[in-house]
Amino acid sequence: MKIKMPRWFYQLASPKWFYDFTGTLLPWFSVAAVLLLVVGSVWGLVFAPSDYQQGNSFRIIYIHVPSSILAQSCYMLMAVAGAIGLIWKIKIAHVVAGACAPIGASIAVMSLATGAIWGKPTWGAWWVWDARLTAMLVLLFLYIGVIALNSAFENKASADKATAILSLVGLVNIPIIKYSVEWWNTLHQPATFTVTAKPAMPPEMWMPLLVMVLGFYCFFAVILMSRARIEVLQRERRSDWVKKVIENY
Amino acid sequence: MRFFFAALKRDLLLVFRHRNDIINPLAFFLMVAVLFPLGVSPDPAFLSEVASGVIWVAALLACLLSVDGIFRSDYEDGSLEQMLVSPEPLLVLVMAKVLSHWLVSGFCLAIISPLVAMMFFLPEQGYPALILSLLLGTPTLSLMGAIGAGLTVGLRRGGVLISLLVLPLYIPVLIFGAGTVQAGAMGLPIQGYLALLGAILVFNLMLAPFAIAAALKISVRS
Repeated sequence: MKIKMPRWFYQLASPKWFYDFTGTLLPWFSVAAVLLLVVGSVWGLVFAPSDYQQGNSFRIIYIHVPSSILAQSCYMLMAVAGAIGLIWKIKIAHVVAGACAPIGASIAVMSLATGAIWGKPTWGAWWVWDARLTAMLVLLFLYIGVIALNSAFENKASADKATAILSLVGLVNIPIIKYSVEWWNTLHQPATFTVTAKPAMPPEMWMPLLVMVLGFYCFFAVILMSRARIEVLQRERRSDWVKKVIENY
Repeated sequence: MRFFFAALKRDLLLVFRHRNDIINPLAFFLMVAVLFPLGVSPDPAFLSEVASGVIWVAALLACLLSVDGIFRSDYEDGSLEQMLVSPEPLLVLVMAKVLSHWLVSGFCLAIISPLVAMMFFLPEQGYPALILSLLLGTPTLSLMGAIGAGLTVGLRRGGVLISLLVLPLYIPVLIFGAGTVQAGAMGLPIQGYLALLGAILVFNLMLAPFAIAAALKISVRS
């Protein structure tokens, strides 16, 4: 069975086309990322009302929540890109997947770090064996595994395929891990810390959060495209168009 | 089917000719378990409380230790390549290899686990739960470990890497496995846990062989 994909899908597979296309997208995303992040952080850190229970310490939410969301969607993107690379044998997809791994790992670290900093004043401890924290830690481990496997191969083509398989296996297992960790938490930890259901946030609080989430996504797109572009240049260094790009630089 | 049994027989024969391959994971299992009373506390009350977790962690590490060798010797002497180019389906071969690994590691671990449970003062009503959970859980460990082994078999230093790849995936089995033993030791019903372990096993039986086969193809052709 042959699945016919739209034309742009195949065009994106050409390294040169990908390089040019992301080159035109990059400035727009950079501007959007800077604007959204500045607006979101100033709005969230200065103008949003402080929480009636947690005071100003809740404001770390404007970094913690976007990074947590992004860490998860980055893994998804990595696995899907890897699958596209395996199925349609598109090298660019592998480049994108490879670029996702280190970014995702650092975002997961950021999510964990901000979570720990937030946990100290609210729960009184840097680390709590809470289901969500643990699931994020496991996600970080999955990223580390992908990065380690990718760097272990000398042959780029097999490194690409092997990491694609590993990230797909991880993607299939993430729901199981998440569910089992939640289960385990309810078993082992009876209400020492009741992370009570979030009170519905007023719009003045979640609007800046939304802006920050969008800003994080744009920022992620910028970094991802930059990393992928450099990787493309490096992989295609023997082709004529890369030589031209470098001469004109 | 004949190919399956031929491959299984060959692997088991190879193992019986190198008896250390059976004994090493079991000895490792015992030693890891012994480290806990030495390192933490020999108090019976404490030990019986942590027994379920410690035994499962030790079993998991023992499986992990042995899973690295599941394809390695065949890869090194070139027979794996011959098996890949043979007309027989790769999935069948993979299943035979995983089954032989499980018979040598997980199955034997389940048999000797009551010994460790006794040393950890696990309440006697927890023994069936321990053995059943190991019997249902360790095949999953072998299947997932074989994915990691397949991905790393072509690499010179696969040992540490394989644990990085596979350990996060082992977490659900550990949680439900240790949960089974804990519930069993307290005299609670364990059917729910066993059903979950069985569900994970069936899920992995369904999908893991494809991943293992794909991983082997990449490793051998690189």
